[in-house]
Amino acid sequence: MVAAAKLVDIKKDYVLKSETVRALRGVTFEVPAGDYVAIMGPSGSGKSTLLNLLGCLDKPTSGEFYLGDDNVAQMSDDQLAFIRASRIGFVFQSYNLIQQYTVLENIEVPLLYQGRLTIKGRRRCRELAEMVGLGERLGHRPTQLSGGQQQRVAIARSLVNDPYFMLTDEATGNLDSVTSEEILGMFERLNDEGRTIIMVTHEDDVAAHAKRIVRLKDGLLQSDKINEHRITARTRAQAQGVSLAAPEMSEAMPVAEAV
Amino acid sequence: MTFLLRTFQLGMKSLLLHPMRSLLTVLGIFIGVASVIWLLAIGEGISREAQRQIEGLGADNIIIRSIKPPADVMGSSDAPIPYGLKREEFDMLVQTIPTIKAALTIREARRTFTFDGRNEEGRLVGCTPEYFEVTRLALDRGRLLTEADVDGRHNYCVLSSGIAERLFPYQDPIGRRVFLSENKDYYEVIGILEYRTPTAAIGGSLDAQDFNTDIYIPISTMRQRIGDFVYTRRGSSRTSEIVELNQITLRVRSIKEVRATADLVRRTLHIPDESKGKDPKFTLASAKGKSLAADGSFNDSPARLDAAVIVPEELLEQARMAKLMFMVLMGMVAAISLVVGGIGIMNIMLATVTERTREIGIRRALGATRTHIIMQFLVETVLLSVVGGLTGIAGGLLCPAVISGVRDALFAYAPTLMASAPEVAKQVEPVIVSYSLPLAFGISVAVGVVFGLYPAYRAAQMDPIEALRHE
Repeated sequence: MVAAAKLVDIKKDYVLKSETVRALRGVTFEVPAGDYVAIMGPSGSGKSTLLNLLGCLDKPTSGEFYLGDDNVAQMSDDQLAFIRASRIGFVFQSYNLIQQYTVLENIEVPLLYQGRLTIKGRRRCRELAEMVGLGERLGHRPTQLSGGQQQRVAIARSLVNDPYFMLTDEATGNLDSVTSEEILGMFERLNDEGRTIIMVTHEDDVAAHAKRIVRLKDGLLQSDKINEHRITARTRAQAQGVSLAAPEMSEAMPVAEAV
Repeated sequence: MTFLLRTFQLGMKSLLLHPMRSLLTVLGIFIGVASVIWLLAIGEGISREAQRQIEGLGADNIIIRSIKPPADVMGSSDAPIPYGLKREEFDMLVQTIPTIKAALTIREARRTFTFDGRNEEGRLVGCTPEYFEVTRLALDRGRLLTEADVDGRHNYCVLSSGIAERLFPYQDPIGRRVFLSENKDYYEVIGILEYRTPTAAIGGSLDAQDFNTDIYIPISTMRQRIGDFVYTRRGSSRTSEIVELNQITLRVRSIKEVRATADLVRRTLHIPDESKGKDPKFTLASAKGKSLAADGSFNDSPARLDAAVIVPEELLEQARMAKLMFMVLMGMVAAISLVVGGIGIMNIMLATVTERTREIGIRRALGATRTHIIMQFLVETVLLSVVGGLTGIAGGLLCPAVISGVRDALFAYAPTLMASAPEVAKQVEPVIVSYSLPLAFGISVAVGVVFGLYPAYRAAQMDPIEALRHE
């Protein structure tokens, strides 16, 4: 199986005036397609730096970063922009929707920058909006939506370019526990459908939803383990004593929610 | 294409988000663009007015006029002193200057015309048939003077439209006789001229001319009936003068030869060249001429003050210069307001870029290249300046209406002020120049691009990571 992302001895130094901060000191790991990885670590561990590198927002000082077959480590700014638009699906903590745009227009943004905003592309955007349960709210602005709804728009947007992996940065950090569960449930479902997810978080109970947990410390990989105690819809249902039948997507994501 | 459309839509939305701010930003460009159109319109109006007057004189003509010298030159004696152009000088010019195609002379006197108890003050002009053609006076009814009238020294006259209207409000003047009280003489009206707009003075060397109080008679008749000695009584004061010719008009073979011919005329008649001021070349040329002329009388005589040479072709040049000066001044005003407007736009766009740092970060993360970001903000700036440009064009098109409106209002409420206003301010009719509209539009777009580039560049240079972290 081709790896969705593969990092080989990635190093990243920041030069601050006279001293050099070595944020990443040689990180190597691989994310196979279809994986669901949580990247954890205390602040200062190089977690954010790794996130920026994975998101192609920054270039490593050295090392190789394969996105599919291409080494993107030393690509130009414009090439990286194209990679971001075509291969990566961002989901941010603060949703990061464009306030002047409607729901549909927000989902369309990555296609806009690839020049792929065709009739077909638009149809896909509409389908994605329906998939995340916002088919009725295509014309709404972000300010008219709740946090959970905004994050669902962001998820739809991250999927519009059919990315190599979804990169989520504390995606549930601004949400209450019920909505968090709902978003995490959506991630799980998407992963079940074959989506690769790389999730950066500092919360253990969020990371517990991932198949695999990578821990960083002081710019180095501390551990890389399969998550033995994974929380899934099944385990949650068991814990709550509810029927084992997998719920429908729309049931997993009630439209009405508290913010 | 969709990208541009989206960017355009977004630009509109962001501008409408702060309507007041956008409006104020646009104001500078509005003023700049409007003033570009105004300046071109007024400049064109002035130059058309000057052109019209000068064309009335004829570009291939040279006009030599007698001027009554000031009193201190005339002396205090009551006896009339002869001045002005002489008939023999006219003959000299015509016989010695080869470039002259045609020449005519005019004799003038202020006279009172009477008909049926109505008195009208006016100018009695003794002229030849060519005069009407050369000064472009058109016939309305009847006929003009002919060679036969001049040869026969008939008591015929042609009336200008103003005199005709005032002397004959009820009758048809043709065939009736106008009485000149000073000379106890009757002149039969044979024709009436079309109305001719009075001309303003140009460049100081040509007085304002109103052709509408003139009565034209054959110059031969004038010489016989009135003569060179003219005695005029006005109320208690009286003036007398001896003038042979009031004006000589020379038509030159081709316009190219006008200036050389004019120089020749000036030197022949010892008239200083006013247009060149105290030009040392003139005296130098005179000095050279002196050594050539054996008797020395040619150049030794002092410059005469009782005649002036008017060269419409030179006036045309002066008018062009005046227009150019006006355009340069107004152009500077327009340029300043456009630059100030542009700086205003730049200022606002820099603020907008800072305000929207987060949005820029999001867009960069989602795949926008630097070029995309630059385009986005440039489109917005250009949109602002184009709105300014379009409203400015609308404001510019109001120029003729506003100018005549303001002038009418000033005439109504501040007549004394307007009386002392320069002739140009009273008369100019702005003419919207067709090319000024695309020009003004182009300028506004250019201002948008020029002053939008830096804010857009700033936006594009932002680090997406930093921008995303921006609150």
